[in-house]
Amino acid sequence: MIERLRKIATWIDDRVYISKLYAATAGHKVPSKSGSWFYVFGSGTLVCFMVQIVTGICLALVYVPSAGEAYSSLEYLNYQQQLGWLLRAMHNWGSNFMVAIMLLHLIQVFLFGAFKYPREMTWISGVVLLLCTLGMAFTGQILRFDQDAYWGLGIGAAMAGRVPLMGPAIVHMMLGGPIIAGETLSRFFTLHVFVIPGTIIAIVSLHLRLVLTKGINEYPVPGKLVKKETYAAEYEEELKKTGVPFFPKAVSKDLIFCALVLLGIVVCAACFGPEGPHGLADPTQINTAPKPDYFFLWLFAVLSLMPDYLETVLILTVPFIVIGILFAVPFISNTGEKSPRRRPVAVLSVLFILVVLGAFNYLGTFAPWSPQMDAWSNAEIPVTYLEGRTPLERQGALVFHTKQCINCHSVGDAGGLRGPALDHVAARLTADQLVRQVIQGSGNMPAYGKNLTPAEVAGLVAFMRTLHSATEAPARDSTRTGPATVDNIPSGTSLRVAPVRQ
Amino acid sequence: MAISEVDAIPDRRTEVDTKKTSRRSFLLKLGFLLNGLAAVSFSVPVLGYVLSSFRTEGPFKSWIPLGPLTDFPEQQTRLAKYRNPYTRPWDGPTAEIPCWVRRLEGDKFQIFAINCTHLGCPVRWFQESHLFMCPCHGGAFYEDGSHASGPPPRGLYEYQYKVEHGQLWVFGGQLPTLGQPA
Repeated sequence: MIERLRKIATWIDDRVYISKLYAATAGHKVPSKSGSWFYVFGSGTLVCFMVQIVTGICLALVYVPSAGEAYSSLEYLNYQQQLGWLLRAMHNWGSNFMVAIMLLHLIQVFLFGAFKYPREMTWISGVVLLLCTLGMAFTGQILRFDQDAYWGLGIGAAMAGRVPLMGPAIVHMMLGGPIIAGETLSRFFTLHVFVIPGTIIAIVSLHLRLVLTKGINEYPVPGKLVKKETYAAEYEEELKKTGVPFFPKAVSKDLIFCALVLLGIVVCAACFGPEGPHGLADPTQINTAPKPDYFFLWLFAVLSLMPDYLETVLILTVPFIVIGILFAVPFISNTGEKSPRRRPVAVLSVLFILVVLGAFNYLGTFAPWSPQMDAWSNAEIPVTYLEGRTPLERQGALVFHTKQCINCHSVGDAGGLRGPALDHVAARLTADQLVRQVIQGSGNMPAYGKNLTPAEVAGLVAFMRTLHSATEAPARDSTRTGPATVDNIPSGTSLRVAPVRQ
Repeated sequence: MAISEVDAIPDRRTEVDTKKTSRRSFLLKLGFLLNGLAAVSFSVPVLGYVLSSFRTEGPFKSWIPLGPLTDFPEQQTRLAKYRNPYTRPWDGPTAEIPCWVRRLEGDKFQIFAINCTHLGCPVRWFQESHLFMCPCHGGAFYEDGSHASGPPPRGLYEYQYKVEHGQLWVFGGQLPTLGQPA
């Protein structure tokens, strides 16, 4: 019986070359030290990709890529389709994990000098995979056809529209027509489901083939330099000395990590549930503050913080420069030291980029540059700012609300962060300066001259002159004589002590 | 089979080989040529289909009624909406396009696109402070659409309008961008 089974197995192997395939792939030799916890992120990313394929196919069984029905099909998935919510959640968390683990993989590969000779193409194919993955993240966000998706497309169109000469044509191409509508969703669906995944599968195959043919990067040793003349022989030597078959000798940490990733996706999906959809993609519902998913929050922040006059130039060049630098990395530093212990510039660059991206993402989460659109009707100036005030000053506080000043300026933590907080404004500006600022505006503040009556300006300025702490002297005009509190402040605000605030 | 035959007659080998090579290379060239032709005949319609969206001229824009003049009181700015003239049956709510209509007096209007000139987010009108504010990056515009503050590079996009048969008409149908304002 066993003999028969062996015969069958041999026959199959003879016809389909399984053992040769095994020897060339899972059984290929790797340096034993490369079976390290630092080398697990590539496999982790691949697991995420497979999760995305499986869950993506499942979602496509129900999802309708039509501008008129996408939203209701997502609602159906969330609430009616059995386990639809969990599949959507796993797809969403799969993408979160994929972007995060891929970044870890990128950082590890960069710090361990794995992009150096002779693995330049492995790095380059990896950069293409990174771009494809970000493309998947963006197009996936569009398929969740809600308000954020709709206005995210608007932002994309507005950026593409800045391209000189070709702008309008590119916008048309991107939207599949003159406006964001049915054809727009269809083409992003095509990108998300056919074009980009197909590219990813092809490039992943190349990426893995390169890992097999050029070998996995050896664990870097400080002082051991990469030289083109000797590298191949040295790597061979190391394989001979310490080489072990990837399966089963070096695979264990990858296995454990992959299982943890898969469990992490399932647990996060089950605990936190799916994302959105957040409100129908109906452009006439304009009371919305669109925001991208977390992988693009940094971009959202950069777009609002860069200087206005450079914006178009930066939008149209920086992405290409950054991508160009990524592609050029293996040629900028092709040989030499691999160990991060001897590459301070590489380590500092990574830290710098992480801090910058982290800071922008942090800013993006609460968007201090956006006016708080409903602050004027729902934020409250704390009572301590109004106690013991004259009628004129209180009238000014009311103007501060009704004229939407509070949408951009906060008082006592209530209100927007677009403009400076005004808790201490009286210590900075004299009454005359306040009047000028309100009427003429400047920089990022609109001029209110036409929209406020003189009485409203007087009230507003009177209110703002009370905004200083007890220990601060109100600002005074140095060209005028006399004590600060008498000559420079409108009557009613001058001789009263403002309440002490924390 | 063919090779062993050639091997059997060594003295004619070179001649036959050259002949065979030339026929083979002819077939190879023919194969490439035919595939080239086939690829062109295949890719022209495919590219024509895909690239047709590059076309920006066309029947995209037209005059659309926004409603009777009485809907728009003088000295007021109101949100109006129209169904985009270029639509597909599956467009759903995305074909409903909003715009801000400001009636100065009589037949004098200004119709602003909803899209901020910075990055296209929907601007909101604040009647009290007479400002349009954008929720995305904090752009602000005065009531006449001119730039008041923030990152937008210009004032609000303005649609053409006309008054006919007691109705206000807007010339719309195109998402306005910096390269192609409404």
